[in-house]
Amino acid sequence: MDLSFVLGQSITQALGVTAIIYCLAAMGLNLQFGYTGLLNFGQVAFAAIGAYSVGVLVISFGASLWAAIPIGLLASVVLALVLGIPTLRLRADYLAIVTIAASEIIRLMVRSIALRDTFGGANGVNGKMGQAFHDLNPFPAEIDLPFFTWTRQDLWVVAVGWSLIAIFTLGTWLLVRSPWGRVVKSIREDENAVVSLGKNAYVYKMQALILGGLLGTVGGIVWAIAKQSVQPDNFVPDVTFFSYTILLLGGAARVFGPIAGAIIFWFLLVFVGEFLNQMIAAGWITFLLPTDVGPIRFILVGLGLMGLMIFRPQGIFGDKRELALDAR
Amino acid sequence: MPANGRRAQEAQAVLATVPRVPGAPKPDPILLASSIVRRFGGLSAVDVAHVEIQRGSITALIGPNGAGKTTFFNLLTGFDTPDEGTWSFNGRSMGKLSPYRVARLGMVRTFQLTKALNRLRVIDNMLLGAKGQRGEHLWASLFPFLWRGQEAMNTKRADLLLARFSLDAKRADFAGSLSGGQRKLLEMARALMSEPELIMLDEPMAGVNPALTQSLLQHIKMIREEGSTVLFIEHDMDMVHDISDWVIVMAQGQIIAEGPPGDVMRNPEVIDAYLGAHHEMALTESGQSLTTGDAT
Repeated sequence: MDLSFVLGQSITQALGVTAIIYCLAAMGLNLQFGYTGLLNFGQVAFAAIGAYSVGVLVISFGASLWAAIPIGLLASVVLALVLGIPTLRLRADYLAIVTIAASEIIRLMVRSIALRDTFGGANGVNGKMGQAFHDLNPFPAEIDLPFFTWTRQDLWVVAVGWSLIAIFTLGTWLLVRSPWGRVVKSIREDENAVVSLGKNAYVYKMQALILGGLLGTVGGIVWAIAKQSVQPDNFVPDVTFFSYTILLLGGAARVFGPIAGAIIFWFLLVFVGEFLNQMIAAGWITFLLPTDVGPIRFILVGLGLMGLMIFRPQGIFGDKRELALDAR
Repeated sequence: MPANGRRAQEAQAVLATVPRVPGAPKPDPILLASSIVRRFGGLSAVDVAHVEIQRGSITALIGPNGAGKTTFFNLLTGFDTPDEGTWSFNGRSMGKLSPYRVARLGMVRTFQLTKALNRLRVIDNMLLGAKGQRGEHLWASLFPFLWRGQEAMNTKRADLLLARFSLDAKRADFAGSLSGGQRKLLEMARALMSEPELIMLDEPMAGVNPALTQSLLQHIKMIREEGSTVLFIEHDMDMVHDISDWVIVMAQGQIIAEGPPGDVMRNPEVIDAYLGAHHEMALTESGQSLTTGDAT
């Protein structure tokens, strides 16, 4: 049994690309759900838009990565407008329904055989779509840390990824402590009260939807650049729900919630999985097969999260007094 | 009593000359509504032929449960759309305006079911009310130096209002931790933060304990003394009698009587409207059976 390997794998994932992508998606949900109270159940659609913009434009159309990124961001704004214009005037549930449907529509569309020439069908788009980014890599070599090693390429992605997260976290912090943040938090509490005081709640909800979507799109762009492969089955609704899990784990409406949530979530998931694998390999667990580990780690992590929600429902950074007010 | 100052006497003097009939024209109406109709299926919830609200007065809107008072409020403030009718505020036509625009023009309402923003602090509830905040724009919000000065001024004003409403001790508490009566106070204070010309209070006294009622009455009188107009819905006849300059009575969606409080309460049609709606109930001396909640 090699505990340092388990630990190394867990830390790599907890600080690595996957955590960065989910952290960005959860930061978007934090703005939308945590602060504004918008139930976006289709965050994965915004990530898919970012990833596919890079993949399709760079690989299928031979465009430059630096052109593909702004186009992806623009497409994300358009998606937010398309989803928001009909639903944001209605009750919160409508946005939830429309966003989850839209995320599946987008996934099934890029997966379809009819559009295979553009989106690559079930195989997606593969190729060196992030090359322009990796060419800028200033790191001379891979880095050896206790327990784990990062390749030169990973190191560059991770450094830029966490820097982006730091910048966006600062931006979120500035936003939510400003009068703008006060308005969106008030919309979360009671939209009619906000409207009755002369604020156009619709515009604020739209802004939050767009900003949150853009964060998800940045996550998708990071995905495409880091993994150099974009496949439709990467963008299933689970991504959205993992992002919500991360958000609630860290604490909704807390600036650092998504960061802590993403790191802990991926650490636990990988740690439990690798730990079980090692136990099976060492013959200490005989009633499980290695193929069982995938589902079982979700069960165990799920149980842990249930425990957290029961004993610390406000998440890691949350304020319990604030949550108690919900009971009224 | 300072609250019953110059403005109160002025308002009452002006209104003394107004005929006591439904739809009576006022010398200086701030709000003017004509043939407002709102139907829910076959039921005409509101069918108001004509009504005017005198500027600078405290006007009470009373009526039995289901008379359409709150619906009428909703229509005037843009939270609901009438099937027919026109109305104007300060001479500006208000039909088809979104509720936030109505509020920006200076016609601010409160709600029967209090809408305190529970997970915001009391002071933040207040600050939300301030108008024309630069920091409420997305881009400007990222640069605190653009709005910090204005925020400080708003905070000063909010603190003054909180002190006036005896909420200053609760300043940093979550609004959700306040009592029902305190929330009513907070909602009224928050509405005042937007410096409304016309403040429309939907049952400001409902659920407020009697000790607090007196101070609330004083606050409403103060609003008038500061030059704003107050229109309020209320069931408590003692209160209506105490503070209003003019009373409008609605029943079954229509305005059935208007006049100074003393006159209206002696009006047989008004007594009928209330007794008709509650004929099986015993009316107590203080009119307690009329103070049950109103679902309109």
